[in-house]
Parts: sequence; C-alpha cells; structure tokens
Amino acid sequence: MSEPEKKEVSDKEKETAKQDEKEKDTAQGGKKTPVSGKAKPGSGKRSGTPSKGNKGAAEKGRSTPKGNAKSKTKEDVKAPTPDPTGETEEEEEGLPEGCVPLFMSAKSQEIFSCVCDTDVTEENPIKVIMKADIMEDFRNRAAVCDFHPVKQEVQDFPSDEIVIVYDPDFKFGQNFYIAVTEDAKEKILNPFGPEGEGGEGGEKEEEVVYKYIPPESKDWVSHGSEKEIKEENVVENRRRIKISARRIRKEFGAPCNFQDRNVADAKDAYVECTAYEDRTFELKKVELDKSIQAVPELTEQGTNTDWRYPRNANTQYYPREFSDKEKETVEKSNDLQTFTKDMVPRFELALQQNEIMDVFFIDWLHLGDADGSFGNKADNHLKEYQSFTDLQFSKDRTITAIQWHPTIKGVVAVAVAEKLSFDERIDNCAKVIMTPSLILIWSFTDPIHPQLLLEAPDDIYSFQFSPSDPNIICGGCYNGQVVLWDISAHADRLKQQRGSNRNKKSNVLPGFEDPNALKTPVVRYCAVSSIENSHRAAITDIQWVPDHMELNRMGVPQENKSLQACQIMSCATDYCVLVWDTRPVKGPGQLITAKETDKGPKNPIGVPNTFKHLDLSWKPILKVALHKSEPGGDHSPTKFTIQERQGDRGTLGKATDGTDLSKEAAMGGGYYTKPGSGKDKRTLQSVKTHFYVGTEDGEIVYVDWMPQKDQDTGKIQTPKPDFYHAIHDGPVNTLQRSPFFKDVVLCIGGWTFTLWKETVNSGPILQSAASTVKLSAGHWSPSRPGVFYIAKVDGSVDVWDLLDKTHEPCMTQNVSPVPITSLYPFPVSQKQHLMAVGDNAGTLHILEIPWSLRQPTANEYTGISNYFEREVKRRAFVVSRWDFREIEKRELEQEHKRKMGIAPNVQLTEEEIEYRQKQEYAAYLDEENTFLRELGLKDDDEPLPET
Amino acid sequence: MATDVEETLKRIQAHKGVIGIIVVNAEGIPIRTSLDNSTTVQYANLLTNLTMKARSVVRDIDPQNDLTFLRVRSKKHEILVAPEKDYLLITIQNPSET
Repeated sequence: MSEPEKKEVSDKEKETAKQDEKEKDTAQGGKKTPVSGKAKPGSGKRSGTPSKGNKGAAEKGRSTPKGNAKSKTKEDVKAPTPDPTGETEEEEEGLPEGCVPLFMSAKSQEIFSCVCDTDVTEENPIKVIMKADIMEDFRNRAAVCDFHPVKQEVQDFPSDEIVIVYDPDFKFGQNFYIAVTEDAKEKILNPFGPEGEGGEGGEKEEEVVYKYIPPESKDWVSHGSEKEIKEENVVENRRRIKISARRIRKEFGAPCNFQDRNVADAKDAYVECTAYEDRTFELKKVELDKSIQAVPELTEQGTNTDWRYPRNANTQYYPREFSDKEKETVEKSNDLQTFTKDMVPRFELALQQNEIMDVFFIDWLHLGDADGSFGNKADNHLKEYQSFTDLQFSKDRTITAIQWHPTIKGVVAVAVAEKLSFDERIDNCAKVIMTPSLILIWSFTDPIHPQLLLEAPDDIYSFQFSPSDPNIICGGCYNGQVVLWDISAHADRLKQQRGSNRNKKSNVLPGFEDPNALKTPVVRYCAVSSIENSHRAAITDIQWVPDHMELNRMGVPQENKSLQACQIMSCATDYCVLVWDTRPVKGPGQLITAKETDKGPKNPIGVPNTFKHLDLSWKPILKVALHKSEPGGDHSPTKFTIQERQGDRGTLGKATDGTDLSKEAAMGGGYYTKPGSGKDKRTLQSVKTHFYVGTEDGEIVYVDWMPQKDQDTGKIQTPKPDFYHAIHDGPVNTLQRSPFFKDVVLCIGGWTFTLWKETVNSGPILQSAASTVKLSAGHWSPSRPGVFYIAKVDGSVDVWDLLDKTHEPCMTQNVSPVPITSLYPFPVSQKQHLMAVGDNAGTLHILEIPWSLRQPTANEYTGISNYFEREVKRRAFVVSRWDFREIEKRELEQEHKRKMGIAPNVQLTEEEIEYRQKQEYAAYLDEENTFLRELGLKDDDEPLPET
Repeated sequence: MATDVEETLKRIQAHKGVIGIIVVNAEGIPIRTSLDNSTTVQYANLLTNLTMKARSVVRDIDPQNDLTFLRVRSKKHEILVAPEKDYLLITIQNPSET
C-alpha cells in the first residue's frame, strides 16, 4: 500500500470517529427531551446514557459485558451459521408471535434496570422483569407507566417473569418489545429450543446436511397458484404498434440551427392545454322518493227510458209555386225588370267567355295521346317473332293462304301449293299428283314440325276455320272442289304446351309406344264436293256465312237459329259464286245427329263421319252467276266480300217473320208458297244482299246475289251487276271490309289499291297511284281503323296510315327476299299483335306489330270516319263535275266547229280523209321541189317522168 | 214592361250552349223558367241554398262585400247564378257545345 492511501484510511477512521461523536451528541440531545416523557422514538435512536456524567461509567460498564457478550455471541453466531437462515430471517421480518412492541422511557429503563446499551445491548437484548414490579409500577405511575398499553396482557400473564427484548434498530417500531404469551417468552428465552442441544453435538450431522438428496417428485396439488401465474402472464392481446420515423437522407447529420421563435406564430411546435372546468362534476344528484297508488273509482248510474210504440208516419210536401196570377204580378214589378237589366251584362260576359274558349280545359290530360301517333322510331318496326318452314312439305312451294286459329293462341294454319303455272302443272302432272296437297298447322311451341297436316285432293288456294266450331275447316281446291276437314280428334294436340307431345312416351309401356307419336298426324278430308257440281276453276276465295244467318235457295238471308255456321260461299274464276250448305239435305238439325253418329266406328282411313252425308255428292244450294251488264262475257271472280259479319247479331233484331215478307212480293218466284220450306225461319231484313266481287281482270263488281226473274227470258237468275269498274291493272287479290266500317272495302289488284264505300257507286273513294312493285296481298289492321298492310312482290310490307298520309305508305319494311303471297295480322292478346306473312318460298314469317301500329290514336275512329265522309263528298262533287265537263265539252266542240266554218254534225268519211291527206302530201312535194331547186340540187330541165 | 224581361231572357237564351234559364225569387220560388217543372223546382231549391251559403261566406269575410255572381263548373254543365236582393237568375250552359 502507498503512503497517501494509508493517510486516507486514517482520515476515514478519524471521520468515522467524529461521526460517532456526533451521533452521541444527537443521542444525548434526544435523551434530554425524554425528560418530558414525550421523546420521539426516531430521534432517540440510541438513547442509552441518561447523563453526561454517567458516560464514563457507562462506557466502562459497557466494556465489561461486551467481552462476555462477545464471547457468548461468538458461540451463538457459530451455532446458527450452519442452520438454515429461516429463524433469523423470521426475527428480522416480523414481530415474533405473541409479542407486542413497547416503548420504554429512560425512567422506566431505570426502574426496571434495563437501560439501553447498559443493561441490555444489541448482543444481549433480553431482560426478564418480574411481574410484581410491573404491577407496582402500574400502581405508582398509572397511565404514565410504559407498560400501560399492555396492561391487560401483563395482568393476564400466567408466570411471574415477563420478558422484554431490546430492539435497538426499531425493527418493530419501538425500542423494546414484550412477550405477552408464555410461548413467546419461551421462544425468546430459548430461541433454538431443542435444536440448540442438537446444534452443540451435531458436528457429524453437518455432513448429512451437505449430502445432496435429490428431491422426490410429488404430485402437484393446486392451491390456486396457477391462476395467479396466469394472471401474471404478459400476453399480447393486440398487435404491436409499429412506428417508423423517416428522415430525408440529406438531413442526416446536418448541422442544426436553433434560433428564437415567437410562440404565437409557431403553430406546429406549441400545444396549449388550458385548464377548464369539468361541468360533469358540478351535477348534483337529487333523489326523491315518491310513490303512488291507483285506486279504482266506482260509480253506479242508471237510466230508464220509456218504450214507445213505433208508429208509421209520413209526411208529404210539394214545392211552393206561384200561381200564374202571382207570377204575372211579380213579372210586372219594377224590381224584376231592373234586376234582369242588371244581370244581363254579367251573364253575357260569362256566357261569352265560355263560348270563346274552354277555360277549364286541361291540356295535360290530352297531351299523352299525341305521343302515340309520332312514337319513337325504335318502336315503329315490325319485329321478326318467329318463322316456320317445313323442309319436306312447304319448302320451295308457295303459301297461298294463312288463317290464325280463332280460339287457340299461337296456332296458324297455312295452305301451300306448287309454284307452277297452269301449263307447267299439266306438264308435270304426274309429279303434282304424287305429292300430297296439304294445309300445315303450325304452333308457336314447335318451330320445326307442323302440329297437323290436312290432306286435300288438290292444292288449296283458300280455306277458313268455321267460326262456330274451329275444328271444322273448309277449303277450296285448285280443281274447284270444296273440301271439309274435321280435326276434333287432334284438337288436344294443338292445345298442348311446348314440347309435351314429343315427350309423351313416359306413361306408355315399353314396346307399346305409338310408332306415330313423333310423326305429324295427317288428317284426311272428310268431305269433298262432287266434281260435277263444283267450280270449274281454282277456288280463289272461300268464306263461311256468318253463323246467325243462312241463305235459302233463293238467296234470301234468314235467321239461323242453331247459331252454328253451316254455309259456305266460294268463288272461282269460272264466273260464279257458289253457296254450299254443310247440313244434310233433309233439313236443319241433321248436323247434330250426324255428329252423334261419328262416335261409331270410323272408316278405314280414320276419317270422322262428320260430313259423310256430303262426301262426293255435295252440291251448292245457290249459284250466283256474274254476267256482264253488256252482252258478251262474264266476270271471273277472284275475291268477294259480303257485308254481314261473324258475331254481329244486330240484324237479328230486325228480323221479320218469314210469312209476312215484303220482299216476297218482289221475289216473283213462288218459293215461299211452298209448304214447309223455311216456315219457322225469320228473314233478316236488314242484311244487305249486295256484295262486292273482285275479278281476275281487275274489275270490281257490285251485285245482288238474290236471283231475280229475268225480264227477257223469264228465267230466275242473278241480276246484272249494279255497277262495275275496271279499275285495277291486275287481278284482284284482296277484297276486304274494314273491321270498323262495314261499308268500307279495301280492294287490291295489280299495282294499285282502292277504297270503296258502299252506296258510292261512281267510283272508289280513294285510289292509290300505281306502285313500282306489284301488290300481292293486303289486310286491314285489326285494331286501328285507319291502318292497313299491303304486301308486295319484292318481299316488303307497306303500312298505310290514312290519317298520316294517303299518297304514300307511312312505312315500308322488307320482310322476305322472295315475293310475299299472303298476309294476316292478328291480335293474339291485348298486348301482342302478330302478323303472319307467307312468302313464295314456303316460309311463314311471324312478325310482331309495334305498339304504335296496334294502339289507335285518340279519336282515330272519328277522324277516319270524317275522312271517309269527306271523300264521299268529293266523289259526289266529281260526279257533278263529270256532267259539267260533258256539257262544257259539247259546247267547246260546237264553238270549234263554228270557227272552222264546217257545218256542224257532219262526220268526215274515210274517203274524204284520204283525199285531204293526199292534198297535203301534194302540197308537201311541191314545197320540197321548190326547196331543192333553190339549192340547185334539182334540175328543172329534167323531164318529168309522167309527162 | 213584362216584354222587356222576356226580351232580355231571350237574349241570354240565344247564346250558344244555353240549356235553360230560371228566375227565382228570394224564397226559392221559381217565377219564370224555360225548363220542365221538376228540374226547375230542383234547381231552384238547391241553387237558392247554395247561393245563400256562398253569399254568407262572402259577407262574413267582409261585411261590406257582396256576392254578385256564382259559376259552378261541372263535367257536363256550367251553372251560372246571379243573386240580387229579391231575385235569382240561374242559367245552365253546356260549355262543350260552344
């Protein structure tokens, strides 16, 4: 060790010595205070020596026991060292059981001779005090006695000796502690108990202690510690917050520049948290206890009324009225006169206002209607809906007629025919006979296979469903025969839903399937007219007579009581229209019986017997021959139309009894005098027996079908037509009455169409200009009075809207690449109108009619009827002008002749004309000669050959 | 003088769409009419009540005011009523006809 270090150590020793002295001083200072008995325990830390004077003695006294104590404690210390530290620790940690901390003042210490650091020291802290001494002290000092806090315990102490222990470090809060129980006393006096003995002679056992005994594993018993452990566990219950701080690289290590800044303008660096009053703490909670109870209140009341006997009573009044005399007096009074004078201007004002315009007319209500007429372009076109063609039966043939099924929706029947002219037909006779002539019935449910095929003896050019029974179909053949079919057996097939007839096998036993289930059934005709009595040319139009009327042999329209359509009218180009009756010849009612019998066995081909009575012997009941008014030739009809309409029962009301006919007299023929003929039938007076016929030569003929007695021959035959007009430049292919005006007829033929109004005989009310393309078919719109459709040979369809324009169609749309042959618009439902269009290639196109063409505009009906009226007036004017022009022409002619100086009314004969022409020719030759001579081309000297 | 009344009434009647004219006294008793009896009585009764009610409305709103004319527009007709102290003139007009 070096010198200075030694010095330091010595200095330290000195210092510590000084400190010791200081401590002593403080202890003394602390000792002085306890005189009052109120010394604080902390200040008198080592309050041992009572006075200065005693110090030396105390020091001495202290030194002696110290040596003893030291030796003793050395032993004591030795002994506990090997022991586990448990006991000493316990002493240090807590107050031993049964001990109470006790403060003993200096005086008490003297009394009980246990002065600190004198009688008791840190090494030897235990002092035994006699109980009797304490009791005496209690008596002497009472409450001042230091044992007072434990007085009871002391009194209760069983033995006479009480142990107090010096606690120099104030471990337990006081300078002493007292054992208040015998056990504690024993423990203090003999701290190691029996172990002490073992400790003395336990040198050998120490080796055992050091020997390692591996701990025995025991079953762990839970005392709840695992819960604590669990609670102590630190578990992450949320994601750790990651903070990344970035800094621009160039700022790394950049020198900082600090400078003064005003707080007011540094918004980013200054955050002020001002104190504020929290209002929530000011709320005072006031509670109020209240209670209420409801008690029902009861009242009793009663009333009583007298029952009075109800009696009938009545009263009558009449309005007060003035008598004539009174009225007169009032009227004469001045009051009334002034009143009326005053009133009149007001009234005239109001009335005139109303006259000038309707003030309350709401424009908005009438605005919506206008939309329809213009519409948006997108909705104006016919949309292709579906198309049908059959590779076997209809391909490369022409569609001659289309009919919608009247009751089943989405069923269309189509007649197809060979595309051959008459000559070609004869040339290919063999082939034509071998191929079946068919009507195809299509359903929207199956676009590939026809639902039904109706077989005919020859190609069908016209057919129609019976209006009263849609299962009966009549057709007109190319060879002039009228054919009837009964498809009642297959009606279900038409009604079937989509595809069901194709999957029908499910409920049939295997091996027993109908081999024809997938085949389209072919229905053979069940009646055909006798060829001798049929038409001699192709039937071009056939129609059922409306079910409420029938014609007798004289063409008189009569009531049909059965309301079953039973008569057919047909026309062909053999100059006549025929009327056929489907009932057996014997009389009405037979139809029903005939139907009943058809339940019996059918004939081999499976044809129902419905019209068996007619087959091959059927004759027309009435023939309307169409002779021309002037001699030489007849009209060859292609189309006809009668005024009576199916479903229009209005004429029935005007029927008269057959017996008192006014027409009977006009008839001349004794028909009605025959007994039993139409006896019970009423004649329909209002039925117009005149009808329009369109002919092959483009004429339109208006004729009465009722035969009359010819004045020249005396024969009963069809009268001459009322009028006819050769107006079309091609055969008439459509003759149809408007569904809204039964006296307006649309006639299409050649390149033009005309509109006719019955009663206007002088000509059509509208005639179109010739179209560039031949027109092939046409049909009125079923829903709009002013609209009709016309099909053309170039495959397009014209839509005419008479209210829009009459000089050109309002729309033209191409439908098919080949000529269209027929057309039939049909309202399938309120919201869907479809148009069936058949073309020359055997394809049936179904087009959807747009809303604008099916929805009539407001007042369309009145508008169009006004238009027709105007046209009729124009027609009348034209007729009157004809006469005028005739007169004018005559006058002009006369004037011309007078000017020429030629005697009027002298017709030049042919000779005269020839003479004149010769004279003119001679004049011309003269002139030519002079001209040539002038040019010197002709020599005058040349002798004339004649001369 | 009675012809004077007649003439003025005829003048009104001559207007387009006028269906009928009724002159009623303050009590609702018809004095002159161009309609049949039952319609007249009905019109007279109902319109007197309506006019009195309308008049009271006008007077309640402003006591110095008075009703001078009442026009009732309906789907089919327009009824024009002119009330005065002692008499009521009712005219029925069909404005759509005008």
